[in-house]
Amino acid sequence: MIRSTYLPLLITLATFVLAYALCASAYPAMLSFRVVANLLTDNAFLGIAAVGMTFVILSGGIDLSIGSVIAFTGVFLAVILRDTGLHPLVAFALVLALTTGFGAAMGATIHYLEMPPFIVTLAGMFLARGAAYVLSTESVPITHEFYDTLQDMYWKIDGARFRLIGLVMVLTFVVGIITAHRTRFGQNVYALGGGEQTARLMGVPIAATTIGIYAVSGGLAGLSGIVFSLYTSAGYSLATVGVELDAIAAVVIGGTLLTGGYGFVAGTFFGILIMGLIQTYIVFDGTLSSWWTKIVIGGLLFAFILLQKGLTWAAEKRAAQARLRTATGSAALS
Amino acid sequence: MKDVPTPDRPVLHARGISKFFPGTIALDDVSVRLMPGEVHALLGENGAGKSTLIKCLTGAYRRDAGVMELDGQEVDPASTAESQRLGIGTVYQEVNLLPNLTVAENLFLGRQPTRGRFIARRRMNAMAREVLESYGLDIDPAEPLSGYSVAIQQVIAIARAVDMSGKVLILDEPTASLDHDEVQLLFRVIRQLKARGLAVVFITHFLDQVFDISDRATVLRNGQVVGECLLNEVTQHDVVTMMLGRQLEARVQNRDTGRAGKTLVEISDLGKRGMIDPFSLTIHEGEVVGLAGLLGSGRTETANLIFGVVPADQGKITLRGKAIDITNPRDAVAHRFALCPEDRKVDGIVGDLSVRDNIILALQARQGWMRPIPRAKVEEIAQSYVRALDIRLASLDMPIRLLSGGNQQKALLARWLATNPDFLILDEPTRGIDVGAHAEIIALIEQLRADGMALLVASSELEELVAYSTRVIVLRDRQQVRELTGDDISPATIIDVIATEEAAR
Ligand SMILES: Nc1ncnc2c1ncn2[C@@H]1O[C@H](COP(=O)(O)OP(=O)(O)OP(=O)(O)O)[C@@H](O)[C@H]1O
Ligand SMILES: [Mg+2]
Repeated sequence: MIRSTYLPLLITLATFVLAYALCASAYPAMLSFRVVANLLTDNAFLGIAAVGMTFVILSGGIDLSIGSVIAFTGVFLAVILRDTGLHPLVAFALVLALTTGFGAAMGATIHYLEMPPFIVTLAGMFLARGAAYVLSTESVPITHEFYDTLQDMYWKIDGARFRLIGLVMVLTFVVGIITAHRTRFGQNVYALGGGEQTARLMGVPIAATTIGIYAVSGGLAGLSGIVFSLYTSAGYSLATVGVELDAIAAVVIGGTLLTGGYGFVAGTFFGILIMGLIQTYIVFDGTLSSWWTKIVIGGLLFAFILLQKGLTWAAEKRAAQARLRTATGSAALS
Repeated sequence: MKDVPTPDRPVLHARGISKFFPGTIALDDVSVRLMPGEVHALLGENGAGKSTLIKCLTGAYRRDAGVMELDGQEVDPASTAESQRLGIGTVYQEVNLLPNLTVAENLFLGRQPTRGRFIARRRMNAMAREVLESYGLDIDPAEPLSGYSVAIQQVIAIARAVDMSGKVLILDEPTASLDHDEVQLLFRVIRQLKARGLAVVFITHFLDQVFDISDRATVLRNGQVVGECLLNEVTQHDVVTMMLGRQLEARVQNRDTGRAGKTLVEISDLGKRGMIDPFSLTIHEGEVVGLAGLLGSGRTETANLIFGVVPADQGKITLRGKAIDITNPRDAVAHRFALCPEDRKVDGIVGDLSVRDNIILALQARQGWMRPIPRAKVEEIAQSYVRALDIRLASLDMPIRLLSGGNQQKALLARWLATNPDFLILDEPTRGIDVGAHAEIIALIEQLRADGMALLVASSELEELVAYSTRVIVLRDRQQVRELTGDDISPATIIDVIATEEAAR
């Protein structure tokens, strides 16, 4: 039996299949491993960041800082690798610790100062972007043989190259899905999204969970920044402006409720793929302006928000029905 | 490890607990002792501080003074998680559970069975099923909680608390939305826990239930303990006097029938498939029609249908002889109908708005938002209802969610009274309200009737229903089965009707 809670996920999946079918019917060439491989590679950094965003939104929050954190990470890595002899792996560890700590600090501010996540992460956005500018205002190229090694890692299937960063994204999603559904932390995230007061009275550690959520989001933005630097071989403080909004869009298209509590990490994966697909279609078409991507995504967002409204409405009706079923329920009780 | 509780040492001993809120001393030097194997009732008027005490003892609030000993050891739970770990299971008054999680997830939140580091979902569901079966609930634990009725949710909340209570179980008004059988089931569970030496705290405004299950009671008034007593040594009357600090005058039953005025509302064949069978009902000015029946018999549904909360799919309503069309509550309000709903949390209060705004809400809505009621007028209306209903608050500006449960209920009643309706529907008007206020609300209903208002009151408390109704309609299985008038109106006849209909099934 399909549970009603899975409905949004199924709708996202269906949308993806339908979109792919439409694309493939227009351009049969899109039905290839190469397109799939590129979808994964091109959207890797966005996908990783969107996993973090999913946790944040599931808990009823928002994180506007991730675009800036990604840019900061890139600049930080580029500058470190240019100016010091540190091995990239050490630099990676360093920047991950930094971004995770940054996220945790935002989470702590949100929790202890009882500030709205919107404001705190907006401040975080300016801070991280500012820090990136301080490090360098120009684009700094990354040239390191270890980077070349990583960039040359790929798995070839049918002539299509599945690159390392795509794999990192898929792994992030797998870990994200397991964390959300099979760990206490994940359950606490959902509990927080269901209602903070109630969750508190039920014994959910609100402070630890809130800090954990934003730490995860910050850390994943850091990982996303590493992947982005591998993708572009550079660090630039003006890069990835507005990526947080793309991530939010992917989460919503993935069927997660913006008000928190309902949704799936797996949905976000398909949200990312749908958005990537639109872009690919436009590339294939060649005549359409790339702005069409934005327009289609905007339309999709509207459709999904309407859909969510519809589903919430249906759920409320069901709950009302359930209240009417009290009679049968209490019959079951006696 | 676990030392056997000695009969003379309290399981939980709290001394000198104080808690201050801006403008209120919620608890002032309160001490309670919970003995092993004893059900301890915590009694007091609305706003006396019962829920606050529970929250201080379980770490939901930080107390401002006082010490707490569990099994002779000083403890200081800083969070509800910690008190749970100490073996104190609690059902809070306003909590319920999380609607977005499944039944099993709710039952085991924070203590899920794991394999390695991961939650063993299948095992969790199986365990949940087992727990719920022992409460006679045959439901799918993998379904979201929101799919179940309030009564079932309440049983699940109780099951969760019981499951976590190694030493103490605290129940803050757990029976408000349960019917008789469910209450009996709960009492069976409580007796089992008692036999195992647990201390149980039981808060309720149903004094019959207090005397039925509890051994000892601590009575609070205005945040102070006014006394502790063994319940087999006192009468209900004593307890009430302690709670209120004054005698409660015996209710006078002066039901005068036949003086009903003109016909106000005529309902014919109103119904909705799958919800309630078509029914007809005529209500006159100056008349109180009572709706009786078991939980789920269709009382709330009847009220909702008339008020347009759920649009009817057949039948019609005439008001003073003219046919009217009610498809949503707004229509109903425009015709000067009012409905004070049963579940204040779902369709009642707006938690973050001030008490004043909550009281004025319905009146303002009827006027239209473009024509704000003058500030002074608002103040006057709010003040007068706070006085009339004795709503205990620090100020009219405080968010309504900070009021005690019973006072929220009163504020909600004030909201609808403020619209000065011609036809007032009350669904469980006294739920969660203390005995003193109970009597006042009954008097208020009488008063409104005498002033010519038409009322339809649904209640599961037969005594009170009988006290104010001019006619009583008995519902069963979402059907009107009988109308009682005059001398037929008594708790005994109502129970009789329900029982015979039950048997005739
Ligand atoms: N967070 C808060 N802030 C301010 N005042 C509060 C807060 N919580 C409770 N109060 C006040 O403390 C007093 C005691 O409230 P409490 O909820 O303990 O009453 P209660 O005995 O449980 O009543 P009821 O029977 O109506 O549930 C009330 O006057 C209430 O308004
Ligand atoms: Mg209370």
